Amino acid sequence: EVPPLFVIEFLHRVVDTFQDYFGVCSEVMIKDNVVVVYEVLEEMLDNGFPLATESNILKELIKPPTILRTVVNTITGSTNVGDQLPTGQLSVVPWRRTGVKYTNNEAYFDVIEEIDAIIDKSGSTITAEIQGVIDACVKLTGMPDLTLSFMNPRLLDDVSFHPCVRFKRWESERILSFIPPDGNFRLLSYHVSAQNLVAIPVYVKHNISFRDSSSLGRFEITVGPKQTMGKTVEGVMVTSQMPKGVLNMTLTPSQGTHIFDPVTKLLSWDVGKINPQKLPSLKGSMSLQAGTSKPDENPTINLQFKIQQLAISGLKVNRLDMYGEKYKPFKGIKYMTKAGKFQVRT
Amino acid sequence: VVMAVAQLYFHLAPKAEVGVIAKALVRLLRSHSEVQYVVLQNVATMSIKRRGMFEPYLKSFYIRSTDPTQIKILKLEVLTNLANETNISTILREFQTYIRSMDKDFVAATIQAIGRCATNIGKVRDTCLNGLVQLLSNRDELVVAESVVVIKKLLQMQPAQHSEIIKHMAKLTDNIQVPMARASILWLIGEYCEHVPKIAPDVLRKMAKSFTNEEDIVKLQVINLAAKLYLTNSKQSKLLTQYVLNLAKYDQNYDIRDRARFIRQLIVPTEKSGALNKYAKKLFLAQKPAPILESSFKDRDHFQLGSLSHLLNAKAVGYQELPDWPDEAPDPSVRNVEVPEWTKCTSREKRKEKVEKPFYSDSEGESGPTESADSEPESVSEESGRRRSSWRAREEEEEEEEEEGAKKAKKKKASQGRKSHTETSSEEASASESSSSGSDSGSEAEAKRRKVPPSSRAGPKEISLLDLDDFTPPPPQPVPSSSIVSTSLVTDLEGLTLTDTSLAPALLSPAFGAVRTYELLHRMAGEGLSVEYCFSRRPFPGDPHMVAIQIQISNNTDAEVKSLRVSEPKPLSGMRIQEFPEIERLAPGDTASVVMGIDFCDSTQAANFQLCTHTRHFYVSIQPPVGELMAPVFMSENEFKKEQGKLTGMSEITEKLMLPEKCWSDHAIVQQVTVAANVGRVPCGADNEYRFAAKTVTSGSLVLITLERREGAVAQLTVNSEKMVIGTMLVKDIVQALAQ
Repeated sequence: EVPPLFVIEFLHRVVDTFQDYFGVCSEVMIKDNVVVVYEVLEEMLDNGFPLATESNILKELIKPPTILRTVVNTITGSTNVGDQLPTGQLSVVPWRRTGVKYTNNEAYFDVIEEIDAIIDKSGSTITAEIQGVIDACVKLTGMPDLTLSFMNPRLLDDVSFHPCVRFKRWESERILSFIPPDGNFRLLSYHVSAQNLVAIPVYVKHNISFRDSSSLGRFEITVGPKQTMGKTVEGVMVTSQMPKGVLNMTLTPSQGTHIFDPVTKLLSWDVGKINPQKLPSLKGSMSLQAGTSKPDENPTINLQFKIQQLAISGLKVNRLDMYGEKYKPFKGIKYMTKAGKFQVRT
Repeated sequence: VVMAVAQLYFHLAPKAEVGVIAKALVRLLRSHSEVQYVVLQNVATMSIKRRGMFEPYLKSFYIRSTDPTQIKILKLEVLTNLANETNISTILREFQTYIRSMDKDFVAATIQAIGRCATNIGKVRDTCLNGLVQLLSNRDELVVAESVVVIKKLLQMQPAQHSEIIKHMAKLTDNIQVPMARASILWLIGEYCEHVPKIAPDVLRKMAKSFTNEEDIVKLQVINLAAKLYLTNSKQSKLLTQYVLNLAKYDQNYDIRDRARFIRQLIVPTEKSGALNKYAKKLFLAQKPAPILESSFKDRDHFQLGSLSHLLNAKAVGYQELPDWPDEAPDPSVRNVEVPEWTKCTSREKRKEKVEKPFYSDSEGESGPTESADSEPESVSEESGRRRSSWRAREEEEEEEEEEGAKKAKKKKASQGRKSHTETSSEEASASESSSSGSDSGSEAEAKRRKVPPSSRAGPKEISLLDLDDFTPPPPQPVPSSSIVSTSLVTDLEGLTLTDTSLAPALLSPAFGAVRTYELLHRMAGEGLSVEYCFSRRPFPGDPHMVAIQIQISNNTDAEVKSLRVSEPKPLSGMRIQEFPEIERLAPGDTASVVMGIDFCDSTQAANFQLCTHTRHFYVSIQPPVGELMAPVFMSENEFKKEQGKLTGMSEITEKLMLPEKCWSDHAIVQQVTVAANVGRVPCGADNEYRFAAKTVTSGSLVLITLERREGAVAQLTVNSEKMVIGTMLVKDIVQALAQ
């Protein structure tokens, strides 16, 4: 008897760590780095209980492999295992190392929001949610104490914090106050629920039809921007899983490139930037397997896009202050909106 | 973590508060698909019991075409559970979309779900039925078959109005190949053959023709249909029935042969046929209750949420049932996090006042207003100087203790306590000796008992509770270390163990119990204000050279005590005192806990200072046992040996001792030593050797302790330390602790 989530979560953590160390997690990779893998697992799991799963701490214990270090190791016969215990682990602020030093003191925050939405046939929204995260990259000397305040903190519905955030202050004043870990970390993830109306920044016009008699079908998609507050929609990518009966597609895009894989029946169309004056479209015909009846479901369209400098929920960071250290840090903030699981039913 | 909290909330929380976890669980749905799967299963179980919980998040369970089938089906399950009059229309609209999905398993599940919605919500039954009938014309066979089965179940609830549908379905028998569906149709026609008198014999005719090629389940239904028709409409179907029965007689499946034989005897009138014949019609055409379509998750809720057993719907090895609610309310004191019993002392106060003589500052014990009932006072008294001193470590009572027994024990104990107050010191020694021998036997039980109170404390101190669970080895006293786990444990145990001790003027400090509390100011001497302190063994924030002392001040007077503070510290040379912040006011019956730091300069000289209230000044002094003047350090075996090599000669003190029987186990030895002194254990290769290391708080010089067990009870204790005085005292303390 063991909580299943506990096991699953740990396995995911292991895979994440391997990806962090080696870039990919595959059989070949594990064979190549069996020593390091063993060392890492040793640290992560102690007598069946997870021990150090924080990537920062692990990296201090066991240095990630680099070419130089591999060469040194083969010559000297030493291993990657650090001979010192990580310093931060035993302190009051276990997530931060002591004695951090930078010449340029900078703190960057990325507000990234993902829209999960299901749009039905007629173009009306069935569900739409915004999931947001604030990723931070903090390179500050010493023990800085940061406070981050929002213009409209009430927007945030369901939040989960990095352990460094002082929850009391958030509850009472809606201010994020924390001593940041060193380097990259996820400060906060939040959820803006469907209750607040979510503005969908793009629309898709589609016309997909199969005819009963002939083995040809028509296919037409147009993507256009909507409520983007003047920002351009970038990195648009349309993918759609075609029904099994579709043999091939002959399509001509007005912009971008498209690929249809006849084996997996996956159509993907890389649109790129949307120019509001000239909307990108993809037109053409599908050839169906002869003899089979028309598929009874139209394919759903998955959409991906990015909008820079816009948080679609309207969240705005008010100010960032630092206490506890004397220097003046360089502060930066970036907003981005992405499509999460964005589906259009046809 | 979220799941664990959800589990707690689901089982314990009142209705109003469960909404909190729904939100968190819905958020979990965004992570990996495996996590989704587990969470959805739990949500499905929860949604049966507490539907309202997830209703606001209905839309989060809408299905995306990219979800794996498993998750789709689970989401469907949740949606069906959540369906009610208000949201059924939206849900049904969603379902309509799903029906056109490419994933056929999922479509089948959707149809089932529609069926369940229809049974649960009467209003939409007709709509559902119409929708399902439309599905009958679907080109996909699986879909049709599935809808036939569901329609059958629905029709059973209100057959009269739907003869049209039955007719329609009868026509379908020609096309449908899925045996389950065919059987369902046949059953329907048989059951309601009065409603469709014309078609039924016709269907039977067709089926009789293809009888040999059918699946077993269909054959059985054909026989059923034949029998029913024979009873209602024997004119048209007599020959057909006989034909079918004859065919069945030579079937390969004995089930079918048996059925045929049974039915033939039952319905065909012969000379021999007995009384049963008359009732045949009643038997076959009895009113049958409509089946109830239920969630497959209904039976899962007896497993604990979030457990593996719940996921598998089978008992996994090591699964522990949730205990039932306790019959009687647990002692409310278990909910207090800090020292729980302070408020209850007043009742016993009067009784004791007669006996106790007020002492100045370090007065006699029995001040601890514990309600510890059953615990043997594990005490040893010693004559030291002109003052009597008795240490008495007490355990908190078990909460399950019955009231009456508790009262008796209290009385007994009170008398015992009284005795020890009034009698002369020599007598006291003998009395306490006897009680300590009693405690020997009780020590095992005591260890068990100690584990009970923390685990039964639910509520406010969740984190420490978890820590205790993690702390698997049974020692009730934590091995002091700077790790978070054990320090929080220490504070926990502080709350549990109440010790009555008068201040020891001598340097002796034998150790029993966990973290011990010493008295700074007795209630009588302090005019109702009593102050106790203990060494929390945590690094003092702000100054690492100071020993942290946790002070418990409780106001037993009827009036408020104002502006409590430390004043006029008169430290000896080099000693420093970090006062605690002034306490503005302390209401009657209240207890305040503060931490102050004292730099004892690695000496056991007492620190004297005044404790002031708005009316009075009390002279008090704190004397540290030598074991508290150090903090544990961690080192490896090799480091230990290296350091030990440097500290030989003058700085090495060795003493032989006999280990009493109860200290033979490793665990007991480690426990005794760590209680006597704030040291950390050093790993050691040899079985019979124990090593500990610490640093003195002020100067940071190393103190290394080695305990080597020889044959039998003989052991040798070696202490290596630069500070010879500390070393000698420590040896004395540890020997005494081990000899107990």
